[in-house]
Amino acid sequence: MAKVLLEMKNITKTFPGVKALDNVNLKVEEGEIHALVGENGAGKSTLMNVLSGIYPYGTYEGDIIYNGEVCKFNKIKDSEEKGIVIIHQELALIPYMSIGENMFLGNERGKAAAIDWNETYGEADKYLKMVGLSDSSRTLVKELGTGKQQLVEIAKALAKKAKLLILDEPTSSLNEKDSRALLDLLLRFKKENGLTSIIISHKLNEVSYVADKITVVRDGSTIETLDKATEEISEDRIIKGMVGREITDRFPKRHDVKIGDTMLEVKNWNVYHPLYPEKKVVDNVSFYVRKGEVVGIYGLMGAGRTELAMSIFGKSYGTGITGTMALNGKGVNLKNAREAIKNKLAYVTEDRKGNGLVLNNPIKINTTLANLDAVSSRSIIDKDKEYHVAVEYKDKLKTKTPTVEQNVGNLSGGNQQKVLLAKWMFAEPDVLILDEPTRGIDVGAKYEIYCIINDLVKEGKSVVMISSELPETIGMSDRIYVMNEGRFVGELKQEEASQESIMACIMRSGRGE
Amino acid sequence: MEKVGKIFKEHTMQIILVLVVIFFAITTQGKILSALNFDALITQNAYVFILATGMFMCMLIKGNIDLSVGATVCLIDAIGAYMMVDMGFSVPVAMISMVLIGCIIGAILGWLIAYLNIPPWIATLGGFLAFRGLGTKIVTIASSTSSISINDIEGFKKLFNSHIPKSLCVPIGIVCCVIFIFMQIKSRATKIKKGYEAESMGTLVARCVIISAVIMLFAFKYGGTFGEKALGMPTVLVWVAVVLLIYDFISSKTVLGRYFYAMGGNMEATRLSGIDTKLVLFFAYLNMQFLSVIAGWTSLAKLSTANGFMGQNYELDAISACIVGGVSAYGGSGSVFGMVVGAALIGVINLGMSIMSIDPNWQKVVKGVVLLAAVVFEIVNNRPKTKA
Repeated sequence: MAKVLLEMKNITKTFPGVKALDNVNLKVEEGEIHALVGENGAGKSTLMNVLSGIYPYGTYEGDIIYNGEVCKFNKIKDSEEKGIVIIHQELALIPYMSIGENMFLGNERGKAAAIDWNETYGEADKYLKMVGLSDSSRTLVKELGTGKQQLVEIAKALAKKAKLLILDEPTSSLNEKDSRALLDLLLRFKKENGLTSIIISHKLNEVSYVADKITVVRDGSTIETLDKATEEISEDRIIKGMVGREITDRFPKRHDVKIGDTMLEVKNWNVYHPLYPEKKVVDNVSFYVRKGEVVGIYGLMGAGRTELAMSIFGKSYGTGITGTMALNGKGVNLKNAREAIKNKLAYVTEDRKGNGLVLNNPIKINTTLANLDAVSSRSIIDKDKEYHVAVEYKDKLKTKTPTVEQNVGNLSGGNQQKVLLAKWMFAEPDVLILDEPTRGIDVGAKYEIYCIINDLVKEGKSVVMISSELPETIGMSDRIYVMNEGRFVGELKQEEASQESIMACIMRSGRGE
Repeated sequence: MEKVGKIFKEHTMQIILVLVVIFFAITTQGKILSALNFDALITQNAYVFILATGMFMCMLIKGNIDLSVGATVCLIDAIGAYMMVDMGFSVPVAMISMVLIGCIIGAILGWLIAYLNIPPWIATLGGFLAFRGLGTKIVTIASSTSSISINDIEGFKKLFNSHIPKSLCVPIGIVCCVIFIFMQIKSRATKIKKGYEAESMGTLVARCVIISAVIMLFAFKYGGTFGEKALGMPTVLVWVAVVLLIYDFISSKTVLGRYFYAMGGNMEATRLSGIDTKLVLFFAYLNMQFLSVIAGWTSLAKLSTANGFMGQNYELDAISACIVGGVSAYGGSGSVFGMVVGAALIGVINLGMSIMSIDPNWQKVVKGVVLLAAVVFEIVNNRPKTKA
C-alpha cells in the first residue's frame, strides 16, 4: 500500500444554523487521483476550503494530517507552502496581464523592489511547456480561450511546487476536447512526476475515466470511497451513492405529445463577432422547430451555440447578422430582446448568475421581470398579484424555498434555474431556447428540469435545448442538430442518435476543412 | 426580544436621527426645537431633498452619480434671473424656459452616458466645469457686480420663499394625517380581502401614531400653537413634499421604478428581459437635470440673487444624503424614505452645529465622519452572515 499523503479526520464545520460538514473522513494516497463527487451543496467545496486554509484552523473541528504531521493552516499561503494548491472553479487569472505575470502573482521572481522579468518569463515558459502550451508567457491572458487558461492555472500551480493539486470543477467551462486534454495531462503528471490530485466534478464520465478512487459526499458526510482497483465502477453506481437511491431512468419519458406545425424557422443565419467583425461565429445556419417538439443543439463550448441563440433572440449578440427567421409562419425581424419577447420567443441563458437573474432581488421580482405588464395596470405594479404569480410558479416548478420573498442569490443552483425557467414561462412564449438548462446542477434537480421541459412541450410549446452533454441531448431531444465551429454539421432523428453518430458528425466536419 | 432587535435593525437610521435631535436639544438648551429652526431645517435644506431624489434614481443604477447638478443650478438660475430681471420676461415664461434648458442639458448628458457609454462621472464632470463657467459668464455680462438680484420679482419669490398663514397650518396637518391613516387602513383592508398576508394591527397603529405625531409636531410648530414666534408653513415644503411623494410612488409602485432596481442588481439580465436599459439610463440623467431646475428655483428664491457661486457643493450634499440614507453605493437598493431620513440627519447635524457655533472646519470633519460611518454601517449590516 502506498503512503498516505493526506488524511482528513472527523472534520466538522458549522455555519450559523447549518452543519456543512459532519464528521468527514478523507484519505488520499500519494500519487493517486482522487475524485470527490456529490450533489450541489453536499459540502465538497467546503471540505476543500477547510483543507486549503480558506477556513482557518480553529473554525472547524477535526484534524488535517498531511505528510505525517498535523497541520494548522491559517491562510491559503500556509497550505501553499506545504505544496497544497487549489484551483477554483472560477478562474482567477487577470485578463490584462501576461501569462508570466499571472503565474508569479504574489510569488514574484527577483526582489520586491525590482522584479526579474527575464527569470519570470523564462521560468514561466518552462512550466508552460510542461503543461503542453506553446504560447509565449508574454501573451496576455485575455487572448487565451478558457481551455488554455485552465492549463495556465495548472502551470501556475506547478510553479508553486504543488505536491497535492486540488481542482474544483476544472472542466465545467471546457469543451469535450479540452476536457480530455486536461484529464490526460493529470494522468501524465501522475505517472511521470507522481503528482497527487483531488478533483471535484459533476461529470461522471470524466471521473470514472481519470480517478483511482472516488469518494462520495452527501449532505455533509462522506458516504463511501470506491476503489477502481478492487471493483468495477459504473456511472450508475456513483449516482446511487450520490443520491442515496437508484435512479432507474435519468430521462423522464414523454407521452402523447403531438408534434405540429413549424413554430420557429431560421434560414441562412450568419453572425459576426461584436469586437472582431471579421470573425464569423455563426456560419450559414438553418434550422426549425415544430410545435410540441424538443430540438437539441449539441455542440462543444465555443461552437457558437450561445451566439446563435442570442443573435436570434432580438440580436442580443453579434454584428452583421444576416438571414431570415419566421415565428409561427410569419417572417419577423427582431431588433431587440423586447421585440423577441413580444413575438413569443424566450431565451433562457446558460449564465444564470451573469445575465439571467437579479441575485440581490427576491424570487417574486425575478419571476415577473420579463413580463411586468402582466402584473401591472397603467404602469403601476399590482404587488399582490405579483406575489400570487410567484407563488403559483414556485409550486408548479417545485422550487425549494420557504418563501418567494427570498433573495435568489441565496438559492442553490438547481432552484435558481427553476426561478429562471419560471421567469421565462411567465413571459408566455411559444418557443423557448434553453441554453444549457442543467449546467452545474445536481442529478436530482436535473431530472426535475427534464420533467419541466416535458410539461412545456405537452402544453404545445416548442423547445430548443442547447447542450454540451451527449446523454442529455440524446435522452431528451426529438431531433438533434450538431454544431461545430459555427456551422451545423449534422441533423439526426432521435432513433439514429447515439454518442458515436454525433461525434462522427463532428469528426467528419473537422476533416472536411 | 428578538423582535425588538429586528425593529431596531430595520430602523437604525430613524433611531439615530431621533437620538441626534435629542442630543442637540440638550446641548443647545432646546434652541434647535424652536419654531424658527423647524423653518430653517426645511428652507435651508430644500435643495438637498430635491437633488437627492434625482441622485437616488441615478444611484439605483449601479451607483452612478451626477457631479454636474450644482453647476446646473448655477447656470439655470443665472439664465432665469437674467430673463426675469434684465430681459423682462414674465415669471411663467422664465420658469418654463428654465425647465426646457434643464431638459436639453439632461438629454445631452443622458445621451453621452447611455448611448455613447461615457462613464457618468466623467460626462458629468464635464458638465460640472462647463455649466458653472457658462452661468458665471452670464451674470458677469449682465451686471457689473457679477450678481443679479431678483428682489423685485415678487411673483417668483412668493412661489418658493413665502409662508402659508399660521392659522392654516394645523388644519393642513390634520388633513395630511387623516389621508395617511386612511391610505394605510385601506391598503391593509384590500390585502385581507384578497387573502394576502397583512401586517399586524399593532404595527399599523404604531406607524400611524408615529407618522401623525411627526406631521402634527411640524404643524403645531409652524402654526405657532405653543405661543412662540412662528412664520407659518414655508411654501417650499409643499414643493419638496410633492417631489418626494411622486418619486416615492415611481420608485416603489411603478414598472419604471422596478427597472431601476433591476438594472442596479443585474444590468445584463435586465436587458435580456426585454427592457430598454439605455432608455432608462438616459431618463435617469434627464430626470436628474429636471430636478436640478426645481432645486434651482428654490435656491434662487431663497437667496434672492443669482451669482457664480450658486449651488456650490450641492451635488456632494445630495450624494451624502443618499449614502447616509442607506442608498447603496453599488446600486440596486435604497428608498426615497431612507434618503429623506439621511438628508434630515445631515440637515439636523448642520443646524445643530451652527447653533452651537462650532468652527466650520470641525463641522466638515464631523460631516465626513458621519458619511463614512454610514457607508461602513451599510456594508457591515448587509454582509452575508455565512459564506457556504
